[in-house]
Amino acid sequence: MCVASEDRTIPMLDLIDDNLRKDKSMGSLSEKGAITGIGETEYSRNSGRSSTRLQLEASLTAIADAGLSPKEIDGVIPYATGDTVAEDFITNLGLPDLRFSATTPLGGASVLASVQAAICAIDCGVANHVLIPIGRNGSSGAGGRIGSRVQNLPQFRAVGEFEMPLGQIAPAQLYAHMARRHMETYGTTSAQLGEIAVTMRQHALLNDNAIMKEPMTLDDHQNSRMISDPLRLFDCCLESDGAAAIIVSGADRAKDMAQPPIYIMGIAEGHPDSPSTITQRPDMTTLGTAKAAPRAFEMAGVKHSEIDVAEIYDCFTYIVLCQLEDLGFCKKGEGGAFVENGRIRLGGELPVNTHGGLLSQAHMISLNHVVELVKQLRGQAGRAQVRDAEIGLVTGYGDMGDGAVAIMRR
Amino acid sequence: MMQEYKVERLWPNPTQDTKPYWDGLLEGKILIQQCADCGTFRHYPRPVCPECYSMDFKWREAAGHGTVHSWSISYHAFHPVFKKGLPTAYITVDLPEGVRLCAPLRDGDAEEIAIGKELKLGVELLEEGLATPIVRFASET
Repeated sequence: MCVASEDRTIPMLDLIDDNLRKDKSMGSLSEKGAITGIGETEYSRNSGRSSTRLQLEASLTAIADAGLSPKEIDGVIPYATGDTVAEDFITNLGLPDLRFSATTPLGGASVLASVQAAICAIDCGVANHVLIPIGRNGSSGAGGRIGSRVQNLPQFRAVGEFEMPLGQIAPAQLYAHMARRHMETYGTTSAQLGEIAVTMRQHALLNDNAIMKEPMTLDDHQNSRMISDPLRLFDCCLESDGAAAIIVSGADRAKDMAQPPIYIMGIAEGHPDSPSTITQRPDMTTLGTAKAAPRAFEMAGVKHSEIDVAEIYDCFTYIVLCQLEDLGFCKKGEGGAFVENGRIRLGGELPVNTHGGLLSQAHMISLNHVVELVKQLRGQAGRAQVRDAEIGLVTGYGDMGDGAVAIMRR
Repeated sequence: MMQEYKVERLWPNPTQDTKPYWDGLLEGKILIQQCADCGTFRHYPRPVCPECYSMDFKWREAAGHGTVHSWSISYHAFHPVFKKGLPTAYITVDLPEGVRLCAPLRDGDAEEIAIGKELKLGVELLEEGLATPIVRFASET
């Protein structure tokens, strides 16, 4: 009756293989959609403006970047657990005929799940141009700080009832169990997590719109105070104010729009076993990303070696390391060694989070990761530009384990 | 970056599916659901067996011991009520029933936690009307 984690993971992998075989007979979203517009506000600790206003600023920037009039937006996917709804965009932007709205509550994986939903809607002819905005005053708190409302979200019902009353309240505390299990099983070290933090900071220093402006050394990381062992302060992402927005359009229309279109070659979301609670997960060192990644790569028809740049969701350093494994850039357990020796730095084999990520640029729930990948593939990434970047990957992760992956090309 | 929660103690908000678990804790028992049809244990409490989809089940008292699956040690309390006694180790426990439990470690040195280490389960009354599971090293007398 005793169920070892190793035993339980095998049926899951079989299921993924089965699903991959089925996928071949299913329709594919590959090359059906493109990101045609991007927008961001400044990222800060105190925006001084409402979250709604921030999202409208970023949305208008993205719509203008796409060369569209706001009146041409006929789909909106607001952040499922944010503080705006599609109606706010109709009202404020005077949208005459919104034909598609939805929400995709996957926490930090929501954005890419929204892109997937947008492409579905576009491919079926329901909408032409879908706006995906995200904004928050995650630092200054106008509209509600991030942590205090978590217990009340339905996707955290199990954690809220059974773990938070014990004192395990913050993601840093809950995710520490995953990181510790990985360290004990595979020998992953805090210094390897530190290499990720130092890399994100180094990249943020090249980005004028990054909140963190000071260099970080590995010693700084190792000396930062322990929050929830094994996670130190510098293993944790920022809380920040600001907004970002993107426009998703059909691939056929994208060719004639204002910016070079960035085509979505492959996209998928994945939910882990025991999606609501990490403690009950058969294999605590695997995320939903492990289910999404094979589908996204299969759909895109590209090999890992063809990925020029990767923007990987980084709420915590460990989550980057775990996703690199779940994405298949290295084997399970080899993520620690993979990030060493500058491999994920600009100039390395796989530059990761060229904007500084959630750890050192700002926490825009992965929409800043999508914006950065689009900039990289357009050749608009400034001092952090990866030379000749043609194909890139972006991930989202959230709500205790959901994962989403997109592979894009210029 | 990380500020305290400006709320009262985070109380569980039990449903019809989960209330017997909390009532059991108040009687000093850790209750786990067992499917009445296929015998599979499940935790946290929920309406249906994921193996055979039966909604018939029995509450079973946990055997009372387990082993370390993983752990974390909190140095920062994200709620003022948990500041006392920091740092606090929280252990994910593999139970012989095949499910896991999550509970704070009492009376043991966090330095000695290791995967597979034997634990015994207990129940602690946090305040009137709220009891939660705790664990101790099996070697503690």
